[in-house]
Amino acid sequence: MPEVFFFKLTLILYAVSTVGFFIYFYTLRPEALKGARWVFLSGFVTHTLSLLLRLKALKAPPVTSFHEATSFLAWAVVGVYFFLAYRGPKVYTLGTFLAPLVLFLMIASAISPATILPLPPALRSFWLPIHATISLISYAFFLVSAVAGLMYLIQERQVKRKTLGGIFRRLPPLESLDRLNELCLKYGFPLLTLGIITGALWAEEAWGSYWSWDPKETWSLILWFIYAALLHERLIVGWRGRRAALMALLGFVVWIISFFVVNLFLSGLHTYGKWT
Amino acid sequence: MESGLKERLLLLGLNHRTAPVEVRERFALEKKGRHPLKLLRDELPQASEAYFLSTCNRVEFLLVSTVPEEALSRLKELLSRETGLARETFEPHLYLLRDLEAVRHLFRVASGLDSLVLGEPQILGQVKEAYREAVDHRTTGPILNRLLHRTFSVAKRVRTETGIGSYAVSVSYAAVELAKKIFGSLRGKIALLVGAGEMAELAAQHLLAAGVEKMLVANRTLARAIELAERFRGEAYGLEELSECLLKTDIVISSTGAPGYVITREMVKPLLRKRRLRPLFFIDIAVPRDVEPAVNELENVYVFDIDDLKQVVEENLDRRRREAMRAERIIEEEVLKFERWLRELAVYPTIKALRAKAEAIRQRELARTLSRLRDLSPEEKEALELMTEAIVQKLLHAPITYLKVGYHRLGREAITTVRRVFDLDEDLEDLSGELFTTRERAVLKED
Repeated sequence: MPEVFFFKLTLILYAVSTVGFFIYFYTLRPEALKGARWVFLSGFVTHTLSLLLRLKALKAPPVTSFHEATSFLAWAVVGVYFFLAYRGPKVYTLGTFLAPLVLFLMIASAISPATILPLPPALRSFWLPIHATISLISYAFFLVSAVAGLMYLIQERQVKRKTLGGIFRRLPPLESLDRLNELCLKYGFPLLTLGIITGALWAEEAWGSYWSWDPKETWSLILWFIYAALLHERLIVGWRGRRAALMALLGFVVWIISFFVVNLFLSGLHTYGKWT
Repeated sequence: MESGLKERLLLLGLNHRTAPVEVRERFALEKKGRHPLKLLRDELPQASEAYFLSTCNRVEFLLVSTVPEEALSRLKELLSRETGLARETFEPHLYLLRDLEAVRHLFRVASGLDSLVLGEPQILGQVKEAYREAVDHRTTGPILNRLLHRTFSVAKRVRTETGIGSYAVSVSYAAVELAKKIFGSLRGKIALLVGAGEMAELAAQHLLAAGVEKMLVANRTLARAIELAERFRGEAYGLEELSECLLKTDIVISSTGAPGYVITREMVKPLLRKRRLRPLFFIDIAVPRDVEPAVNELENVYVFDIDDLKQVVEENLDRRRREAMRAERIIEEEVLKFERWLRELAVYPTIKALRAKAEAIRQRELARTLSRLRDLSPEEKEALELMTEAIVQKLLHAPITYLKVGYHRLGREAITTVRRVFDLDEDLEDLSGELFTTRERAVLKED
């Protein structure tokens, strides 16, 4: 199957670019960054091809099994990376932190069953692809904001403790990381909101009720509240820096529960990702 | 120069390490009477080329001479006369370097490796200016022209290939670098100067140069505050208005003579919410300290005292020293290259290089043509060979004659002309570059 070939090629390209980003982090040579970014971008292209081929086979966006969802999420994270490289503040070492995460998602996707299963009738709906795609893209933004938050906390620690060594020089100014965090929140939050609304619409169509408090829905709501609180505090009180970074990381923990733990270990309406 | 090149290089000088300022100031000859290059040209016929560098930390003469010992003693005589010092007084402070040692020294000086502040960039501009003066006074010739152009490209190589210039090594610069690591760009930021003092004012100037929009000045005596505010085109406040100032500002440079803390945790903490948690960066260069250390624990607030900054400078100096070792390797490489060039700077090696280059071109073009004309008979090929050889021979006849005859009349000039016209040293692109960068030109204009 060609899509499997492209998937594997993508995995290799992401692995190579991860190494490249690490070399850049160590040597700080601009050529290393350039090379790593080009490989990352070509991985993104082959990834897109693989997803398109799967879409053709499935006649629906490939976002329904755990294999597909993680792969699509990885794709979205890379997309957000290039979007931010183009639009956001200059954070040259972001790739070093983000590429391993992408690689991890791809490996998780690779080891979960990839067989194309016919969709159960409950999942066949106009809303499904919209709901799943939008939610996954919002997750991608939140993952990047969590990575920016982590980088912020590391860098802040260097400044507060006055250990201004190699890590301090390699990480960008605190302000850039905070802006990255804010930017991701501003894109991610509306998408998450939209994802939850379209999910409710789909649920109504499939099961006749907008909300049925299954674990996935509950955790998604918690996630929404965390980001809503962060956005509110940012805009109204002026939260920034350390607190915003911590909140982004809290969101990340809740997301792990909602995405991995709930999907893989709890049963409910969303258990599309059962390991077989 | 082992090849028996008649010209020798001599570098005679003194610097901040070898001579006290009383001696150095006497050698700042360009400031009194006749320009030293004019002096050398008129009264030192033993040297065929000369260059003179004078900065506040060093004075150096570089000569090319076929009679180095005579030139040297004559130069010392002249120096004694011009400085009014007896030879015995200044001789112990002088260093004398010959040939490749001199070349190495010049490369190191221009790269900032011999400077008081390791890796400082101004010296390159000063060397370029000194070279321009020498060109203006027509005291340079083929060897110094080549040597100085090589020097500039070596210094550029050192700067781009090593990090020797990239770490802040003064307290005030280190403070600005830190501010950039917190705020990203300093454009539009507001800084507050509490108290006064040379280092604090220097830091304020650096901040303004880095894009800080406005300077607030708070001082115990309002008159002093107003005076400083005028200098920085800022706003003046009394010390009792400090809290208000802290609300507006992003960066605080504190340097009062107060015996205790001027800025305390109790004072800053209630301001944080009103400031909407915007980062606040304190640069405390006062001793005893002005800012209570506990302020550093507050959210998005960072305090660096003088010891922290000195620590940064110390670490950066270490980094520069490590980079300097890499720079030394580059310089060794370049000294060897220059030595090769010097050895080639004779009639016979130049003819050889000229023939080799022409032959290489002939061979390459012939091969290209032959590969397209596949049906040629051996006789026809032979004819082509002979024809191309004849063209090369005839073309090279004039430059080779020029070399042989011209060398007797014009000396090295004839050799460098041929080498340059035929690009035998493969450095044509070096010549196209401008001597001064725009920034250096701006600096020179300021002087």
